[in-house]
Amino acid sequence: MSLQARLELTLGDLHLDVDIAVATGELVVLLGPNGAGKTTLLRALAGLIALDSGRVVLDDVVLDDLEKRVRVPTERRPIGFVFQDYLLFPHLSALENVAFGLRARGMGRAEARRHAAAWLQRVGLADHARSRPAALSGGQAQRVALARAMVADPRLLLLDEPLAALDAASRGEVRRDLRRHLASFDGTRLLVTHDPLEAMTMADRLVVLENGRVTQTGTAAQVSAQPRSRYIAELVGVNLFRGQAAGHSVRLAGGGALVSADDHQGEVFAAVHPHAVALHRREPEGTPRNVWAGTAETLEAAGDRVRVRVAGQVPIVAEVTPAAAAELRLADGGPVWAAVKATEVNVYPA
Amino acid sequence: MLFVVPAVLAVGFLAIPLVGLLQQAPWRHLAGELAEPQVRVALRLSLECSLGAVGISVLIGVPLAFMLARVDFPGRNLVRALTTLPMVLPPVVGGVALLLAFGRRGLAGQWLDRAFGITLPFTTAGAILAEAFVAMPFLIITTEAGLRAMDRRFEDAAATLGAGRWTTFRRVTLPLIAPSLGAGAALCWARALGEFGATITFAGNLPGTTQTMPLAVYLALENNLQAAIALSLVLLVVSLAVLIALRDRWFPTA
Repeated sequence: MSLQARLELTLGDLHLDVDIAVATGELVVLLGPNGAGKTTLLRALAGLIALDSGRVVLDDVVLDDLEKRVRVPTERRPIGFVFQDYLLFPHLSALENVAFGLRARGMGRAEARRHAAAWLQRVGLADHARSRPAALSGGQAQRVALARAMVADPRLLLLDEPLAALDAASRGEVRRDLRRHLASFDGTRLLVTHDPLEAMTMADRLVVLENGRVTQTGTAAQVSAQPRSRYIAELVGVNLFRGQAAGHSVRLAGGGALVSADDHQGEVFAAVHPHAVALHRREPEGTPRNVWAGTAETLEAAGDRVRVRVAGQVPIVAEVTPAAAAELRLADGGPVWAAVKATEVNVYPA
Repeated sequence: MLFVVPAVLAVGFLAIPLVGLLQQAPWRHLAGELAEPQVRVALRLSLECSLGAVGISVLIGVPLAFMLARVDFPGRNLVRALTTLPMVLPPVVGGVALLLAFGRRGLAGQWLDRAFGITLPFTTAGAILAEAFVAMPFLIITTEAGLRAMDRRFEDAAATLGAGRWTTFRRVTLPLIAPSLGAGAALCWARALGEFGATITFAGNLPGTTQTMPLAVYLALENNLQAAIALSLVLLVVSLAVLIALRDRWFPTA
């Protein structure tokens, strides 16, 4: 493992208590809602915020060790940081911005400018070397920020919402470029985002941060298949329940029960995809093992489907075709039955 | 309607003296008046002293502004009050205080005299000191405001790029607060250039040594009205220039 960080700190209302490890060459994406502490964690790793306790080790070099009173100042950490709004120095040209880190680390002026120019070329901005940041588009500024962070060959690259400041139109293209440049970097990479699409498409591994704590970690596929918090469940659009399993039956924490094809014991999560939920106006008979009575509440379009929120003892979201929604007159609300086959209930230990 | 009459009165009250000055100005002989040796000496001395005062203010005032803006030291508010005191203090009182402190028998003056043989009262250095005493607060206040308004995350960015504190200050902080620093220096200079009370009290009125423009104007009023008006015009032009240079800062909406 190339980055190993165990740290605790309090900043205002936020209490951050995190244990995180990132391998060399791995791109870990920190995903979490606003205010979860993602940016604070990056700033702490960069040494911009003091820890209350903990230990941070990068490539066998101790950066922080509160017990041994070790704290390497930010300017001596081998890191590159891409800030959310880039923070390009407004009084310097693109070239001077990129050369800044090399100059600050003692490289001669001419050599630093040559290196910086090569990097600008690499990110496709050779023509904008003399431009001030104010004259650059969002995507261009982002690439300058990336070049500036990577030019001094850091061992740890920290990226704070690198696409958040861009408009939706340019985001796709910039994301592709960013992936390409990140792929060429051989050190440790940690990227923060609150955009699930960005997280899923870029990450080797996801670390989900909520309220200052890591709630889940794994590949995009693992995390979306077995969400472990309401936040993730809503991001990936599944119904998440928590309860006590005894064999095929799960007694839900909020009351009610459901039946699964899996066999489990103890505290479990149960995930149900909305498209696996069938809605009926009359109590259905036949194969589904899970049937709950409820009330159709809100309807919203989701692609070519309609999402229906069903309130009741077991609140659940169903996804049906517009035709079915019309036929069942779901827009009128009123009582419905939600049915889920036991084989569609995915149960895993909590 | 109720306000129009007093408002017009106020404008007139502020404008009439300027009109009077312009109307009485010896426009034809202006160049000649300004070329008079006595006037030229006062001009040059004023320039030297005021720029010297700005230099001292930048050298020690900017670090103080930085401390006031960034370091939470005990007694910070007291220090800030102390640094702004010369702005409200009658300049003549400042001059008396300077005389008592830096005079030959004064607290610091005694020591300066004994240790280095330096005497300040009635010297050009003394005039510079008097002007700096009165003008420095303008630089400190404006610079501190600039430092507080600046986005400090630029300094964080510099640190992540390997820049130590001094490099960061020199290459990031200073350029970013340059507009505030420039405005502060301009105000400081204008104030130093017009300084009268503290200078005449502490440094006296010696032609060529401590007789700066305002002092020369006052003296010339008695024997050479034309020269006094010419010098006043120069000071007026400088004030207007500073005002115009800083107008976007003070009246951003206008």
